[in-house]
Amino acid sequence: MLFEFANIFVFLLIAIGFVFVTLVIGKLIRPDNPSPAKNMVYECGEIPIGSGIRQFNMRFYLVTFVFVIFDVEIAFMYPVTAVFKELINSGYGLLAFVEIFLFVLILLVGFVYAWSQGGLDWVRDQASRLNS
Amino acid sequence: MNLLTDTLGMTEFWANVVIMLIVCTIVFAVFALMSGITSWAERRIAGRMQSRYGCNRVGPQGILQFVADAVKLILKEDLIPDGADRFLYKITPYLCLMGVLATLVVLPLGSRAMMVADLNVGVLYFISITSIVVIGILMAGWSSNNKWSLLGGMRSAAQIVSYEIPVAMSLLTPILIAGSLSVGDLLDSQGWLPWEWTAFQTPFSALAFFVFFIGSLAEGNRTPFDLPEAESELVSGFNTEYSGFRFAVFFMAEYGNVFLIGLSTTALFLGGPNLPGFLQGNPFLSVAVMMLKTIFIMFVVIWLRWTLPRFRIDQLMDLSWKYLLPCALIAFFGQSVFMLVAHQIPAITQITSIVVFIVFLLIMIKFIGRIRTNYKEQSIPVGLN
Repeated sequence: MLFEFANIFVFLLIAIGFVFVTLVIGKLIRPDNPSPAKNMVYECGEIPIGSGIRQFNMRFYLVTFVFVIFDVEIAFMYPVTAVFKELINSGYGLLAFVEIFLFVLILLVGFVYAWSQGGLDWVRDQASRLNS
Repeated sequence: MNLLTDTLGMTEFWANVVIMLIVCTIVFAVFALMSGITSWAERRIAGRMQSRYGCNRVGPQGILQFVADAVKLILKEDLIPDGADRFLYKITPYLCLMGVLATLVVLPLGSRAMMVADLNVGVLYFISITSIVVIGILMAGWSSNNKWSLLGGMRSAAQIVSYEIPVAMSLLTPILIAGSLSVGDLLDSQGWLPWEWTAFQTPFSALAFFVFFIGSLAEGNRTPFDLPEAESELVSGFNTEYSGFRFAVFFMAEYGNVFLIGLSTTALFLGGPNLPGFLQGNPFLSVAVMMLKTIFIMFVVIWLRWTLPRFRIDQLMDLSWKYLLPCALIAFFGQSVFMLVAHQIPAITQITSIVVFIVFLLIMIKFIGRIRTNYKEQSIPVGLN
């Protein structure tokens, strides 16, 4: 089993090595004459104003936050799912089902709350935002 | 292995290392070749669907086009824009390729023996390693110092993160059926007949299959979910500033991802390389079966790209959170209840799977019928009027 996990590292090393070697070969044979116009940030031909790193919308944060909660939930669901068949065969199936259902239900309440508050709506209209 | 230890006098450890290197290199070569051929096939199919030629100049039918592209991109000048974070900008292609390639470790190219590593936590690994791509894309968007790139990277991260939830949850259903997290066990839990595949076991696993396929399309940034690269609004999304071979790496990761969608859907839901009993274990046939199914799924993915228009971003988010996530939950709980019932009445399993498969067949026949009707209605001779 240890060797099987080592395979992953070999794979990652091959990926890194492939990109690195090709870039080095490229560096030796490709032309390299930069100029200010070439290095300019591409904005459809306009001269860019200000830095490219700007403020972005809060909702990206909200989406990621809901994601983290659900990802942790799924991480807890995986082990139960993997042994569910054995549990059924040994007679504890209903118990396991009720437990995992309660667990998901608790998080589902949070999900329904986020939904009802409009946390899942990407575009919120002005009227409902003023009321909430 | 015996050859290495006996004739070359290696210890067992080094023999293992050598075999590991050889296997990984072969699988990497298959991956690179497949992603190249996919990029060619996509352009040819797109040409066919839009009544034009695709690339048909380099080699027979243009099949060597991807080699020409790679050589050209290596020879291109490599630009790093002003004000870019040079370190992050340079390591991003590595992360993207690593995230896509490392998934291949747990996916079989043929029968169960032809997996690089049959990890006992295979499915969990599959879900988690794909997240590396998100980091790569975010870093690409952030480090380019470009407004389009930043927006594209942010959108892409939000999209991949949202669709990861339905995908991970829909994978619970095959795990329930197999009772194991190892991909090899998932393969063994399915038979070779279509109604023995996980996708058609119960209505719930059919739903999970549907959710998984849509979700992995979105995770691979494929149309109709290719908002990160929406050309009409964001130039090219997170890779706007990338040129030369660094861009080629993104390109390779993207088309490799199509291959991975095909492989994972086949292995987890469509029976994988399973053969009828008397042919079981035939290596060539199992590779052939696996690849045929994979190539069919890849064709469907490309077909969808050139058929459907692009979603709007709010529709995309709604689809993930308000439709696919509840569907995946229903699939999971439905399947567990079904298994509890089936434990009392074992006959129900066989009947349900055959009924589900027949319903699927009827839908397919209806679909083909619709295509034929549309085709007949449209085929009015143009030159006559």
